[in-house]
Amino acid sequence: MRTDITKINEKTPHDRLTEGLMVFNGGTSKLFKTGEWRTNTPVFHADLCKQCLLCAPVCPDGSIPVKDSKRLEFDMDHCKGCGICANVCPFGAIEMKEGNI
Amino acid sequence: MAIKERMSGNEAVSYAIRQVNPDVMPAFPITPSTEIPQMVSTYIANGEMDTEFIPVESEHSSMSAAIGAEAAGARSLTATSSAGLALMWEELLLAASNRLPLVLTLVNRTLSGPININCDHSDGMGARDTGWIQIYAENNQEAYDNFIQAYPIAEDTRVHLPVMICQDGFITSHAVENIELLEDDKVKNFVGEYEPEEFLLNPGKPIAVGPYSVSNYAMEAKKNQEIAMENSKEVILEIAKKFKDMAGREYGLFEEYKTQDADYIMLIMGSAAGTAKQAVDELREQGKKVGVLKLRVFRPFPAKEIAEALKNCKAAAIMDRCESYNGNGGPLGSEVTAGLFYHKVNIEAVNYIYGLAGRDFTISDVNSVFAELEDMVVNGKEVEQHKYIRLR
Repeated sequence: MRTDITKINEKTPHDRLTEGLMVFNGGTSKLFKTGEWRTNTPVFHADLCKQCLLCAPVCPDGSIPVKDSKRLEFDMDHCKGCGICANVCPFGAIEMKEGNI
Repeated sequence: MAIKERMSGNEAVSYAIRQVNPDVMPAFPITPSTEIPQMVSTYIANGEMDTEFIPVESEHSSMSAAIGAEAAGARSLTATSSAGLALMWEELLLAASNRLPLVLTLVNRTLSGPININCDHSDGMGARDTGWIQIYAENNQEAYDNFIQAYPIAEDTRVHLPVMICQDGFITSHAVENIELLEDDKVKNFVGEYEPEEFLLNPGKPIAVGPYSVSNYAMEAKKNQEIAMENSKEVILEIAKKFKDMAGREYGLFEEYKTQDADYIMLIMGSAAGTAKQAVDELREQGKKVGVLKLRVFRPFPAKEIAEALKNCKAAAIMDRCESYNGNGGPLGSEVTAGLFYHKVNIEAVNYIYGLAGRDFTISDVNSVFAELEDMVVNGKEVEQHKYIRLR
């Protein structure tokens, strides 16, 4: 019954899908690239960023990776362009641009 | 040795719940099913079972909690009636699509409005397309026996679907009748321990239950669910056979009562089947060739088997304790006639509506129906379809 879901795709016949479409793994939402839904895109201006890290915890999609106490570039595979990060940034280091860039 | 007792339907089901001792029971009271959680709570308080009882704030929550508990790996259960079942509607579909083998004991009561607390099948029939297996009882004994068979059906790997065990509100749930109970150890052995292969509280083996499904997958999932419903037919019969070996009482998808040579057959579900059988006994003494087909399993719907069972009669009365408001009959009226058509059984069939919101249905009513069928076949009387019995 345990099926490797990475071997299931949109051409898999019904009798080879998992029961109730159960997913046999953790953290699989990373495989689902929801960034393509984005209609507005944040642009990160690293030169203006003071690394205050107010943006990272408010991101609803965990799309602002933080490493060694510093935020990195956006994870555009999962950012949906909601603009909350741009709204909380006190330094104008995040600019929202129209469209899925 | 069977234990001879006398019990109401609610007492009988509660007694079976104690014997099965499921892991979790979230429930919210609603007439006429209130006694079931009440009696189970008493068993728990007295230390006679160790089910985790969750008092919730609504039926929306009781079904949600039952789904969560079942997905976590616990054998789960709830009870309800009427508007309570209606409030669960969204979750009923989720329980089935997530393939969770939980059990609901439904005590059938009419759905509002007009607001009324008495028996008809509008609640169960309202849930007929939710993907649940539905098994109906004629009397307290059957409500008890059906409950004991519920988990073995639901948990079978060919099925993995939720099961609704239905009995008629007040008529069965509150009337005290003689009953033969089984010993606790026999019931426990029959039902067995719940050992799910995959469940949420399973360290090191993470799963996700009920994930969002895009269009490329959802239709396939629905087909798989439909196949499981088809599979459940043979599982229901296998479990019934095992139950007969243990308890001596025989069950099928439906019961055929004196139908072998019958010219006229009444197809009916629930407690009114007892009334119909009594009328048939009396009419048989007068030489009338009449019989009753008592439907036990409504989901999966045994269309082919019903068509086979009715094919030699001259006319059938299809009895609905529910109005469909489709302008063309009740749910059984629609599904039975569709089954007859698909299987090329060209008999006369008349759909009747009876017993809505607790309206009496007596032996004389059954007699009138059989007399009308005979009049139609013998004298060519034009019979009104979808007629309400005892309508003023």
